Amino acid sequence: MRIEQHPILEFDRKEKITFFFNGQEMEGYASETIVAALHAAGVKELGKSPELHRPRGLFCAIGNCSSCLMVVDGQPNVRACVVKIKPGMQVELQSGKGDLK
Amino acid sequence: MINVEILIVGGGPAGLCAANAAADLGASVLICERDEIPGGQLVKQTHKFFGSRKQYAGDRGIAIGDFLLDEVINDPKIEVMPDTTVIGIYEDGLVLAERSEEIIKINPRKIIIATGAAEKFLTFPGNDLPGIYGAGAVQTLMNVAGVIPGERVLMVGAGNIGLIVSYQLAQAGVETAAVIEGAPTIGGYLVHASKIQRLGIPVRTGYTIKEAYGDGKVEGAVICRLDAAWNMIEGSEEDIKCDTICLAVGLTPLTELCWQAGCEMAFIRELSGHVPLIDKYLQTTNPKIYVAGDVSGVEEASSAMVEGRLAGYSAACSLGYGLDTAPSLQAGAMAELDELRAGPMSDRIRQGVEKVEKMVTKGGV
Repeated sequence: MRIEQHPILEFDRKEKITFFFNGQEMEGYASETIVAALHAAGVKELGKSPELHRPRGLFCAIGNCSSCLMVVDGQPNVRACVVKIKPGMQVELQSGKGDLK
Repeated sequence: MINVEILIVGGGPAGLCAANAAADLGASVLICERDEIPGGQLVKQTHKFFGSRKQYAGDRGIAIGDFLLDEVINDPKIEVMPDTTVIGIYEDGLVLAERSEEIIKINPRKIIIATGAAEKFLTFPGNDLPGIYGAGAVQTLMNVAGVIPGERVLMVGAGNIGLIVSYQLAQAGVETAAVIEGAPTIGGYLVHASKIQRLGIPVRTGYTIKEAYGDGKVEGAVICRLDAAWNMIEGSEEDIKCDTICLAVGLTPLTELCWQAGCEMAFIRELSGHVPLIDKYLQTTNPKIYVAGDVSGVEEASSAMVEGRLAGYSAACSLGYGLDTAPSLQAGAMAELDELRAGPMSDRIRQGVEKVEKMVTKGGV
């Protein structure tokens, strides 16, 4: 959920754009990272762990920890916490380490 | 190949202050910052800082980041390279950085490593469920993206970060079920604790998280009491319904580049991990490399800014800049650090810094 009113901050979210999550059309704002847009839509699971296939979510949000790796426009291991959404971007859950094409 | 006098790795409070200080003495500076905008973690600090006026006390972290950035951007001696991650420092001092999937070579005369710290994790069953975040991640989501992490939070850790983030969650309209703290007392400043207690958020000392549970994401947590030896007390378990668990259990220095560059390192518990051995001018055992901020021991943004200035003066002075003015500027910064570390809340830091000093006089640097 997005914060609409805040006692200190104002959020300049820029224009609304459309991207895809596992093939499903979603809306976000141009200022948002992939995880911010997904969280705003209530999506917390970003992938599955390599061995036990346990769900993986966001942990550090600044590109340190690799918990949020996703497949973006066909490329695996993209840090969804620091990459911003773009119009038409295809974002997918990543299972394990991903495959290089 | 980019030739530069001083390369600063990291554009947070330490790196920006280092750049200003070095440029003030006349050195030319390049800042490599992995994010698209420098400022480090100041961008999400909506609370007002303590300390003295010199460290911008009374201003909010976000505003301090803006001041520092303005100074840097308006200084012709400083170049800022955003979206650029330094990935390697070679034996001969060559630095490699990655920008938009392109590798850049940098040949600096001196390097100031100001890479900051990373959040610590905690071991308990279910700790990998989506919905469990480091406290900094919650701040990034809320205060930078304007997105809330969930509806109801269990905060683990009552140090300053746990307390401040609980207050910030309330400002964003999110409920905090409880703040739990393993230690018998609240670790952070009481002024922060009082603010959240006034909101009705319980701070429960002597409690830890036993497990997190949920189907695919956090649905709740089991907390329990700890005895004086930090063992879980059986039968004291309590169920807390929450969709978010926020771990505010400290940070650890991000020292990969220091290791790579062959700086002598030591594990100093009081400084929260492995840190480079440094002298009082913040020079490491690799004479080309200085450090500033959390990378040399986890502390506060205010001390990171002062360390940044000190490292900036030292690095510039080592290249022959400001030979007449640098000594008094360095002494001033050292005195400010002593002042910041004088209070009883800084016992640990002082002990850590003293340990490093002892190791250094034994023949480190």
